[in-house]
Amino acid sequence: MASVTLDKVNKVFGHTPIIKDVDLDIGDGEFVVFVGPSGCGKSTLLRLIAGLESISDGELSIAGQVVNDLPPRERGVGMVFQSYALYPHMTVYENMAFGLKLAKTAKETIHERVMATARILQLEELLERKPKALSGGQRQRVAMGRAMAREPRILLFDEPLSNLDASLRVQMRNEIARLHQRLGSTMIYVTHDQVEAMTLADKIVVLNAGRVEQVGTPHELYQRPATRFVAGFIGSPTMNFLPATLVTGNDAGCRVRAAGIGELALPQDTAQQVAGEALTLGVRPEHLRLAEAAGDNAFEIVNVEYLGNEVYVYLEPKAGETLLIHRSEAPSPWRVGQKVALVPDPEQVHLFDAGDRALGVATARAVA
Amino acid sequence: MTTTTPSAPTRARPYRGTKVRRQRVRAAWTFLAPMLVALALVAGWPLLRTFYFSLTDGTLSTLGDASFIGLENYLVYDDGAWYGLLTDPMWWRSVWNTLFFAVVSVSLEVVFGVIVALILNVEFRGRMLVRAAVLIPWAIPTIVSAKMWAWMLNDQFGIINHLLMTLGIIDAPIAWTASATYSMWAVILVDVWKTIPFVALLALAALQMLPKDCYEAAEVDGIHPVRVFFKVTLPLITPALMVAVIFRLLDALRVFDVIYVLTSNASSTMTMSIYARQQLVEFQDVGYGSAASTLLFLIIALATVAYLYLGRNRLQLGGD
Ligand SMILES: Nc1ncnc2c1ncn2[C@@H]1O[C@H](COP(=O)(O)OP(=O)(O)OP(=O)(O)O)[C@@H](O)[C@H]1O
Ligand SMILES: [Mg+2]
Repeated sequence: MASVTLDKVNKVFGHTPIIKDVDLDIGDGEFVVFVGPSGCGKSTLLRLIAGLESISDGELSIAGQVVNDLPPRERGVGMVFQSYALYPHMTVYENMAFGLKLAKTAKETIHERVMATARILQLEELLERKPKALSGGQRQRVAMGRAMAREPRILLFDEPLSNLDASLRVQMRNEIARLHQRLGSTMIYVTHDQVEAMTLADKIVVLNAGRVEQVGTPHELYQRPATRFVAGFIGSPTMNFLPATLVTGNDAGCRVRAAGIGELALPQDTAQQVAGEALTLGVRPEHLRLAEAAGDNAFEIVNVEYLGNEVYVYLEPKAGETLLIHRSEAPSPWRVGQKVALVPDPEQVHLFDAGDRALGVATARAVA
Repeated sequence: MTTTTPSAPTRARPYRGTKVRRQRVRAAWTFLAPMLVALALVAGWPLLRTFYFSLTDGTLSTLGDASFIGLENYLVYDDGAWYGLLTDPMWWRSVWNTLFFAVVSVSLEVVFGVIVALILNVEFRGRMLVRAAVLIPWAIPTIVSAKMWAWMLNDQFGIINHLLMTLGIIDAPIAWTASATYSMWAVILVDVWKTIPFVALLALAALQMLPKDCYEAAEVDGIHPVRVFFKVTLPLITPALMVAVIFRLLDALRVFDVIYVLTSNASSTMTMSIYARQQLVEFQDVGYGSAASTLLFLIIALATVAYLYLGRNRLQLGGD
């Protein structure tokens, strides 16, 4: 168990900067999830922490000690690879014991540790099998067991569930969460699945093109995304964005006009903005209300998806290509072809400036 | 409603007789036939003839009216003494030489081949060039390379002696290929030099198939590279090495050209093939030579079967 601190960490492959000035504080025993789109540098960041890649610039400390130049084995980390990376010719038992034998651990200790880990992960029945005779989920557990058996201070996971089917994924997600509660070790978990991130994390780090976009609890990220990128990345289905212009505003609130919606009074502080400035309105699908309407301002329903417990209604946007989404509990009265007006809940509307940064809610209200 | 009864009707139909299956069997034989015919002509027929000749007293000039003498070429009791191939110390010497040569040279080739493969598997500048260069000894015809080495190993004009003497390692030139002590090692050296590329290439192919992530896992787990080599790399490339060894073993057991060019009929390096050729061609004794050839075939077959049997688990590993 240990804390991890990144201070202006950079990674350059050839001449391409991949990780840019990442600052991060990971507390002892925390479960931190890195999320971001494919290619944003999640794995690279994890490999930097593991020591599989060298840091180009900046400082990485584990438990207060700078580890930039320490080889992986001296960092006290365990890693679960996306591809499991099991030794194909060894049995489950040997896979788990292999990393222990080196530490000159006594034979009985090795055996006890392997058996204890196997018990936690329910691998006892499988100890004599080779990896090829295991299912994806079982291999996954062996990979975790191998990393855990060494009792590392920090456990790193690189998209461990990406090869599993949906139901197994949910099951393994729960097992990992329970494991964290039981072991209490620091865990860093990479995924591009925001549901995994939301459900597992104490703290989510949203990465975009090698930079940290925002760090926060799942709740903070959902409620107060700092940028349009985070707003679009967290939450499913994704947030609706509508172009808008500022009509009037000050540090206590504002009025904006959005195509198809008309004028809205919002609580955001727009003291830094000037009237007429182009903004982006963001509303989550679950925070929209639909009302029957007609005329120019109405949106047409182009598709209705029924999911059993809920219904997604897709609307033709006034600008751009992306369909707007409305989400409500089933049953839903809406049908394809109907014309509707959008009625957003002002308390749940996000406002982004021209630089895609979120505008804060006026202080008086933020406290409330 | 259709419920399938698993009993009588389905079982009654003879599996072997289905039309599809019959068609498949016919197709299989159609494709196999040319190969089988060719094999029978170029391998089966000569083998049978050789075996037949080994039971006759034929010579090169009297092949036509050779007469059947049973197993006399192999073993015969005559006038209170045993005669025949099986009592010839030179034959047994050849067998021993062959086995010694095969085991030592193949072992060395595997060890050095793996080392070369490990080097070639590392990323470095000009790797492609080195890979191509390593292949050269394998690409040169054996006769040519053996002749080349014969010159280099020459006791008076050879560069090897010259180098060793310049470096002060030896005082007087050594007759590498003529001396009974060194000639076996000289032919082993040349054979190893020539065949390392073959083993290296097979090993390299196996190395490049290895799962990279396993090595990263081992690195994170802090396992020493030497241990990783013996516990991960070696077991995983073993199936490929087993294949390399069987190819090499078959080659080495019937070795002829390298040794014939370097040391001719010298008894210290005489192998089974050289022995058989000497009987057949030099002494014109077709019956006796054929007996040697037949035994040579049996010994190789035996060695192969023994190897496959002992290595069956390892070879299966590769079939996963
Ligand atoms: N060894 C390398 N050499 C050069 N570029 C690399 C190397 N490893 C990664 N990259 C580049 O760094 C970027 C980030 O890669 P990384 O694997 O960290 O992405 P990721 O966020 O894990 O994506 P994914 O979700 O697809 O796994 C990519 O553009 C990739 O091409
Ligand atoms: Mg990745």
